[in-house]
Amino acid sequence: MKKIFAYPRALSPKRTHYCPGCTHGIIHRLVAEAIDDLGIQERTIGIAPVGCAVLAYEYFDVDFLEAAHGRAPAVATGVKRVHPEAIVFSYQGDGDLASIGMAEIIHAATRGENITVIFVNNTVYGMTGGQMAPTTLPGQKTTTSPYGRDTATVGYPIRVCELLATLDGPAYLERVSVHDPQHIIKAGRAIRKAFALQVAGKGFSLVEVLSSCPTNWGMTPTQALRHIKEVLVPYYPLGVFRAPEEVSGDDA
Amino acid sequence: MERVMMKGNEALAEGAIRAGCRFFFGYPITPQNEIPEYMARRMPEVGGVFLQAESEVSAINMVYGAGGAGGRVLTSSSSPGISLKQEGISYLVGAQVPCVIVNVARGGPGLGGLTPSQSDYFQATKGGGHGDYRLLVYAPGNAQEMVDLIGLAFDKAEAYRNPVMILTDAIMGQMMEPVVLPPLREVSPDKPWATTGKKGRSKPNLINSLGIVGEDLERINVELQAKFARMAADEVRYEADGVEDADLVVVAYGTSSRVVRSAISRLRQEKKKVGLLRPVTLWPFPQQILAELAAAGKRFLVVEMSAGQMVEDVILSVNDRAKVTFFGKLNGTVPTVKEVYDRIMSLLPEGGEE
Amino acid sequence: MTHEIICAGFGGQGVMLIGQLLAYGGMLEGKEVTWFPSYGPEMRGGTANCSVVISDQPVGSPIVAEPDGLIAMNGPSLTRFKTAVKPGGVIVYNSSLVTAVPALPGVKICAVPANELARELGNDKISNMVVLGAFLGLTKAVAVSSIETALQQVLPARRHHLIPLNSAALRKGFSLVTE
Repeated sequence: MKKIFAYPRALSPKRTHYCPGCTHGIIHRLVAEAIDDLGIQERTIGIAPVGCAVLAYEYFDVDFLEAAHGRAPAVATGVKRVHPEAIVFSYQGDGDLASIGMAEIIHAATRGENITVIFVNNTVYGMTGGQMAPTTLPGQKTTTSPYGRDTATVGYPIRVCELLATLDGPAYLERVSVHDPQHIIKAGRAIRKAFALQVAGKGFSLVEVLSSCPTNWGMTPTQALRHIKEVLVPYYPLGVFRAPEEVSGDDA
Repeated sequence: MERVMMKGNEALAEGAIRAGCRFFFGYPITPQNEIPEYMARRMPEVGGVFLQAESEVSAINMVYGAGGAGGRVLTSSSSPGISLKQEGISYLVGAQVPCVIVNVARGGPGLGGLTPSQSDYFQATKGGGHGDYRLLVYAPGNAQEMVDLIGLAFDKAEAYRNPVMILTDAIMGQMMEPVVLPPLREVSPDKPWATTGKKGRSKPNLINSLGIVGEDLERINVELQAKFARMAADEVRYEADGVEDADLVVVAYGTSSRVVRSAISRLRQEKKKVGLLRPVTLWPFPQQILAELAAAGKRFLVVEMSAGQMVEDVILSVNDRAKVTFFGKLNGTVPTVKEVYDRIMSLLPEGGEE
Repeated sequence: MTHEIICAGFGGQGVMLIGQLLAYGGMLEGKEVTWFPSYGPEMRGGTANCSVVISDQPVGSPIVAEPDGLIAMNGPSLTRFKTAVKPGGVIVYNSSLVTAVPALPGVKICAVPANELARELGNDKISNMVVLGAFLGLTKAVAVSSIETALQQVLPARRHHLIPLNSAALRKGFSLVTE
C-alpha cells in the first residue's frame, strides 16, 4: 500500500504551544515537507524570530538559532556566510519582519542573500497580546488601536512582497494563503520552490503566508479562516511578485 | 623577528587574520574605519568574508549568526556604534556565542566627537546591554598588544564561549608603531555545539538565549555566573612597573598609561618613587594586586580620559585601606605629560626625594 | 636619547610622509618609535600635522606637546607650533612660503627655500624631502641612509622609480646645513 501522507521527518513529534485554529502549525508542516522533499534536513539551519514562532526551534528537527526581534535576516546572513552549503531559512512574523526588522529584511533581499524567508502575516502582534502590526488593516481593532487603525494618525499597512519587488536583489517573492486546502497546497508548492531555489543557489526567496489569529482577532477558527479569504486576500493580493525565468513553474 | 610599522587599527586587523579570523561584519564609523577597510582588502586574500552591514545592529546580529555557526568572527566600531550593538552583545552572552568586538572609543555622550576617550569603561566592564553578564575586556597599551591581545581574545572567546571586547581608543588606533606579526594560524573548527546542519547528529544544535520557564532562566544564569567566576579567577592581566618601592602608584590603561609612563620616566630621573599599575584586563579587574599594594601602604592616583570610571574599581579594590586620587580629562582630550607630572608631584609626600 | 618631532604643513605637502619616514628610519636603526597623525575634523581645512617620537627607551605618550624638533612646511604651521619648541630645540621651515621668523630664545631656526631647491631638482613635490634632509643634517635624528631604506618600505611599488629623486632632495637639504 502506498503511503501518501505522513508526519514530516523534519518536524519533531511534539505538541505545539500555538492557540487552537492558529495556522502556524500548518505552515510549520509545509516547511518541514519541503525540507523532507528536497532531502536537505541534515544541512538545514533555521532562524527563529521573536513573536509567536519564538519556539519554532522546539518543533523542527534541524539546527536552529533564536534571533533577537527583527534580526533574523542578519543572523541568517552570518550563518550562510560561514556555511554557504547549508540551507538557511528564517521564519518571521509581521511585527518582527515588517516593523522592527524592516532594515534587515530589505538589505538581505537587496544583497540577494541566498536564504529563504517564511513571512507569516496575520496582521497583528500575537505573542504580546494583539497589538497593532505594520500589516494591521485600516479600521482593524487591536489592543493599541482600540478604535480601529486610523490611517490619518498611524498611516497605512505595508505590503511586503510589493515593496521588496521594487528591488533588483530578490530571486523569488510570492504571497500565498492557508485558509483552505487548495490554498494550502499552493502554499506548500511556493515554500518548496523557495527552498529549491536556495538549493540551486539562485538567491533570496521570500514566501509571505497570510495567516490567522483567532485569539487576537476575537473569532472562532472557522470565522478566522473566512476572514483571511474575505478581508485579507483582497488587501494583500495573492500571487508571484518575482520569479526567475529558468525556475518558474510549480515544480522548481 | 622583523618589525613593521603599522597603524594600531591595521595591526589589530592583521592580528585578527593571523589568529584565524575569517569573518568580519561592520559598519563605517570614525575613528575605526581602518579596520573594515583593511578587512575589505585582506579577507578575499585569505578566503574569508568581509561584509559591510546595513547597520551596527545588523552587523552584531551577523556576528551572532556567524559565531553561532562556528566561525571565528570579528566586528569593530566606535562608541555610538557600540551602544547600538548592546542588544546583540547581550544575546551573544546569553546564547554563549564566541566572538570578538572592538571598540575604538571616541568622546561622548551622544554623537560626541571624534577625539579619543576612555568614557566607555562602564559600558564595557559593567554590562551595557540588559541582563547579568560580563565580557572579558582587554585594553591594549601599544600596537604590539593590539596584535597579541586580539589573537588571545579569539582563543579566550572560544574557550569560554563568551564575547570578548577589545577596548581601545582613537590614539591607539591611529598611531603607527613597530610590530612583530605572528605567523598565520590555522584554527581547528572543533565546535560540537555550533549550528552547522545536523550532519548525522541525533539531536539538533540550538543557539538560544530564551529561558521562558523560570527555572530554565535560573539554570542559564547559574551556568553563566560560574563561567564568569572562572574568568575572574584565571584571566586577570596587568603590568606592574616599579610599584614595590613606590610611594605613589599611578593606575592607568591604554593611551593614558602611555602619558603616565612618560611622566614617570621624568620623575624617576629626579629620583621620585612612583610606580605604574596598568590593567591589561579591565574585566576581570586586577583587584588582588591593588588590595596588596594598599595593604602595603601605597597611595594611588588614577588617570583616565573620562570623568572617572575605572577609579571606582580602584576604590573598590583598595577598600578604604588607601587614599585614591583621580585625575581625568573630558571633552575627548588627552592629558599632557606635564599635567600628569604636576599632578603626581603635588601628591608626593614631603621628603619624597632621596 | 629621545627625539620628539612635529611635522606640519598644508595637506598635499607630504608632511605625513616625512613623519612616517622619520619613524620608519628610526625603527630600522633599532629604535623605539611612534608616529601619530592629526585626523578627523583636524584634517579639514587643509592643514595636517603628525607627531614622531624616536627613542632608545619604550615610547610613552605618542602625542608631542613640547617638541625638540619642528618641521614647518608653511606659515600657519610655524605660527601654531613654534612657541611649543623646547629650548635647545630645532625648527626647520620652508622659507619659500614663509617670509620672516623672529628669533626664539634657545631655539635654532633654519630657513630652507625648499620649493626653489626642489624646482632645481626638477620636481616641486619633493620640497618636503629637502626640508627633511636639512632637519636630519641639524638633528642627526636618523641617518639619511635609513630614510632611503625606509622609502622602499613606505612608498608603494609604483612610486619606487621616484626614490633616486627623493634621495637627491634629501641629500641636497642635508648638505645645505652641513657644508
